[in-house]
Amino acid sequence: MAATSTPAPPAIVDPPRRQWTFRHPLVIRVAHWINVVCLAVLLMSGLQIFNAHPALYWGSKSTFDTPALAITDDQTDSGASRGIVQIGGHTFDTTGWLGLSTYQGEAAARAFPAWITLPANQNLAQGRRWHFLFAWAFVINGLIYLLYGIGSGQLRRRVIPDGDQIRHFGASIREHILLRFPKGEEARRYNVLQKLTYLVVVLVLLPMMLFTGLGMSPGVNAAFPFILDVLGGRQSARTLHFITVNLLVLFVIVHVLLVIVSGLWNNMRSMVTGWYTIENETRREGEIAR
Amino acid sequence: MTRRLSIPSPHRRGFLAGVAGLFGTASLGGCDKIADSAWGTRTLKAGEDANLYVQRLLLKPTSLAREFSEADISKWFKPNGTIDPEDTPYKALAAKNFSAYTLRVDGLVETPLDLSLEELRKMAARTQITRHDCVEGWSAIGKWSGVPLAEVLNKAKLKPQARYIVFHCADTMEYAPADEAAADGDANASDGAAPAGKPIRYYESIDLTDAFHPQTILAYDMNGKPLPVSNGAPLRLRVERQLGYKQAKYIMRIEVADTLAHVGQGNGGYWEDNGYEWYAGI
Repeated sequence: MAATSTPAPPAIVDPPRRQWTFRHPLVIRVAHWINVVCLAVLLMSGLQIFNAHPALYWGSKSTFDTPALAITDDQTDSGASRGIVQIGGHTFDTTGWLGLSTYQGEAAARAFPAWITLPANQNLAQGRRWHFLFAWAFVINGLIYLLYGIGSGQLRRRVIPDGDQIRHFGASIREHILLRFPKGEEARRYNVLQKLTYLVVVLVLLPMMLFTGLGMSPGVNAAFPFILDVLGGRQSARTLHFITVNLLVLFVIVHVLLVIVSGLWNNMRSMVTGWYTIENETRREGEIAR
Repeated sequence: MTRRLSIPSPHRRGFLAGVAGLFGTASLGGCDKIADSAWGTRTLKAGEDANLYVQRLLLKPTSLAREFSEADISKWFKPNGTIDPEDTPYKALAAKNFSAYTLRVDGLVETPLDLSLEELRKMAARTQITRHDCVEGWSAIGKWSGVPLAEVLNKAKLKPQARYIVFHCADTMEYAPADEAAADGDANASDGAAPAGKPIRYYESIDLTDAFHPQTILAYDMNGKPLPVSNGAPLRLRVERQLGYKQAKYIMRIEVADTLAHVGQGNGGYWEDNGYEWYAGI
């Protein structure tokens, strides 16, 4: 079709290019941002706690000589200090990031660097206080979110794929990889990958953080010994806590990237005010011609 | 942008305030200042109160910590904290294999006691293979034999006001800063001088719920042998539903008290006075 410079006759009403839609109810928005703060504090104080004994094991007890993972420092043949990560039998040089990093201008032998731990200096006692206080906030906030989400039907709408979405699973993945985001009516709901990701995060990873965290508590162990059986022991619980938080960090990175790529302002506005704009699929003639 | 809609427009002011708040909380450097302030410290402690309250709801007085089999015992039970007390009185006791050792039990009891190791070993005994969880994150499994703390407390008979059991230990952790008299006296005296104060020896405390728990024992044997010095000889506490720093080593005296205000700086233990939780069930 040849492009035409003739403007459309004014009698034909242009459909609006965008529509406003109310995407996030207040409870979900507030819970989301409280969760952001909680997870940031929990991550940073958690790394502080990890630094007190930067090694992971499997089972009930620590096998100090053969950790599954250790973040430490050693000396190279030339006598220089370096930070290392040991996983199984492999050693990786991570100087500057893990094992050995700079704190207040001096080299510090510590697993995670000061800029990402809370508090910045080595202070296990204070790290624990931050961790447990915000763990409570995280749990209470999460319960409110889940109760509201289940009661209002929001949770099902957000995380359970619809039948047609499952049928077009392959196509959806292709669209997602190409960073083509849905428009029109399709943009009113999350796509199938989004739904499944949120499903795993909300109903598996976040509860897993709580469960593995409680698995490390000697008091909770005595009250509910089955937790140890499920997780494979206290040191396994600690390792799973660490693995799960890594998956959550990975999720947050992808989540933030996609928020930016798919329209930072629109997404941020919708998670603050609730209002989201959708681009209509119906395009003006001029655009179709392009 | 054409907006021919009757739906209310987004609240931009709310949005901007939200973004500003987000960046405010994101500058977590300010957290350290909060934590070091008085109200910040008090607020952060709220998590501990919640942990104690909920765990006491969930734990029956008789809920037992898991016990393991002989095969699970750690080949090396990592000693932590003090591993060889420098204190002269302790060294003198250790040199004679603790034959002159006595455990003092006093405070709010009807009958203060002085019990030798031999007397303690003749009392009812309990052996348990349990997991020791250090606050740092590691765990070790050991076999402990000792006299249930309840036996000793029943023998001494608690007075009705009794609420806490305080453990006074033999090992010096640090020396108290020079006392006021010295500080007021001569400002130059501190120049390179050795610590002027008296030794601060390890101390810990638990409440009666944990004191009368069946697995709370005063252990004199570890893995079938007399407790080594590095693990707290001649007597250490096992309070199995809490973390390692509650398991006081080198116990010399057990004091029954109605308050912890007079103990150290009033938080109930040496590590507690250094910022750790008194209730270490998590």
